[in-house]
Amino acid sequence: MIDLSRRKLILTGLAATAGASGLAMAARLAQKYGLVPPDHGGIYGLGETLTFASQRLLTRHSLAREFPRSQISPRPFPNELAPLTEDFKRLQAGSFAEWRLSVDGMVAQPASFSISELKSYPSRSHITELVCEEGWSYIAEWIGVPLSHVLQLVGVHPQAKYVVYVSMEPDTWDSIDMADALHPQTFLCYGMNGNELPVAHGGPLRMRLPRQLGYKNVKFITRLTVTDSLKKFGKGVGSAASEAGYAWYVGI
Amino acid sequence: METLESAQITVEACISSSVSTAPVTTLPPRHSVLVRVTHWIITLCFFALLLTGVEILISHPRFYWGETGNVLTTPLFQLHIPSSRALVPTGYGYVLPDQNGWSRALHFEAAWIAVLTGLLYAISGLFTGHFRKDLLPSRADLSWRVLSTSIAKPLRFERPSEAEASSYNVLQRLTYVFVIFVLFPLVIWTGLALSPAFISAFPASVTLLGGRQSARTIHFFVSVALVLFLLVHVTMVCLAGFRSRTGAMITGRTAARKEHT
Repeated sequence: MIDLSRRKLILTGLAATAGASGLAMAARLAQKYGLVPPDHGGIYGLGETLTFASQRLLTRHSLAREFPRSQISPRPFPNELAPLTEDFKRLQAGSFAEWRLSVDGMVAQPASFSISELKSYPSRSHITELVCEEGWSYIAEWIGVPLSHVLQLVGVHPQAKYVVYVSMEPDTWDSIDMADALHPQTFLCYGMNGNELPVAHGGPLRMRLPRQLGYKNVKFITRLTVTDSLKKFGKGVGSAASEAGYAWYVGI
Repeated sequence: METLESAQITVEACISSSVSTAPVTTLPPRHSVLVRVTHWIITLCFFALLLTGVEILISHPRFYWGETGNVLTTPLFQLHIPSSRALVPTGYGYVLPDQNGWSRALHFEAAWIAVLTGLLYAISGLFTGHFRKDLLPSRADLSWRVLSTSIAKPLRFERPSEAEASSYNVLQRLTYVFVIFVLFPLVIWTGLALSPAFISAFPASVTLLGGRQSARTIHFFVSVALVLFLLVHVTMVCLAGFRSRTGAMITGRTAARKEHT
């Protein structure tokens, strides 16, 4: 009787140790391969981490579905915009000739680009769906320069892990990992359906990544910062949205 | 010597009395531990998914068919409820507070726990014979006569027979099989088909459903079907005896079995 319970105790102890060290190992491996999102803390951290880790493993190289031109939505719905700031209106009055995108952080050569400079680089386009977390969607042709091209120009340090992007809208910023930053469909987007990107849709410059929800596609981008840690940005959870309780990774 | 002998007798008496009660304690439980634990984990997840699903839904209570849809396109139908977004035309003069942040986080976390628990249940159900023994109806039961009595009895609010306390009738079996093998897989599939990242890796998962908005609409209807199942399920539990049936799903024992001894 005593023997049995002792054996049981030892076996349970061994199983618990194996389980705990297995979990610790999994956590370390996940950290090493960039499978832990910055908002992994709190009661919803488990769900956020499972979603991000599994989708990173499944979708690292997958391409968002592209549609034929005939499927472009005739009336793309621009979501609600916060009132435009005075600074924005001033730049808008000058047809955004003075708009600058600055790139800094872990790069060999920090730089700053005008919209016409960005347009002088090889332009790419894709006809993809923009999907809002609320449930609605539309398809448009998005035109821009791949973010990877701009990152290549400034020379990203090999230890870089994230790109933080900041909007001209107050308190609006977000970040993506290098898997998304270097993804061929991730654009600094300045055109839509053959025209300039309308202000209502984030013109003159918007982040466009079709494998994540709409709110990750931040409008009015003015600054990129390349970094190896998101801890020093805001509250350290990766974006203004996740500070407000919305998930950082929204491949969902 | 004497005391030793009497002690022996008491021990024997104890053993024989424990033998006589043995059939009660060794009866297989009405529901196995795994079925009971997974039942209540999935119950908790279901309520979390339902509450948060409703919260997410009210941010856009319009449904479409095909690939895309938004407030500038014609909906398939619209729920006449207020919305948590100002840009949705609802006809109500007010906007509900936005609860989508935590609702979405809890929706996906509960979905993960429900799916992993469901997988454990499904795999063990295959190996233990739970599906074959407890849920698949026998060929003989699949006749109109047996089916119609199993439908008519609860409609007359008749309490189930003693025999039915330890097993499921054909209607219950068909319903559980439909919920476990059709509705649950469908609600998971249509949920995944809404994920822009998942469908980038598995585009057929959404094209087979006729587009992403179709997937969202089917997700809604399957959820409604699951809520209807829940209502009928709880009604039937109440009809059969709420305390004994809920007790059986918690402890594994049934009151009916105790009466037999």
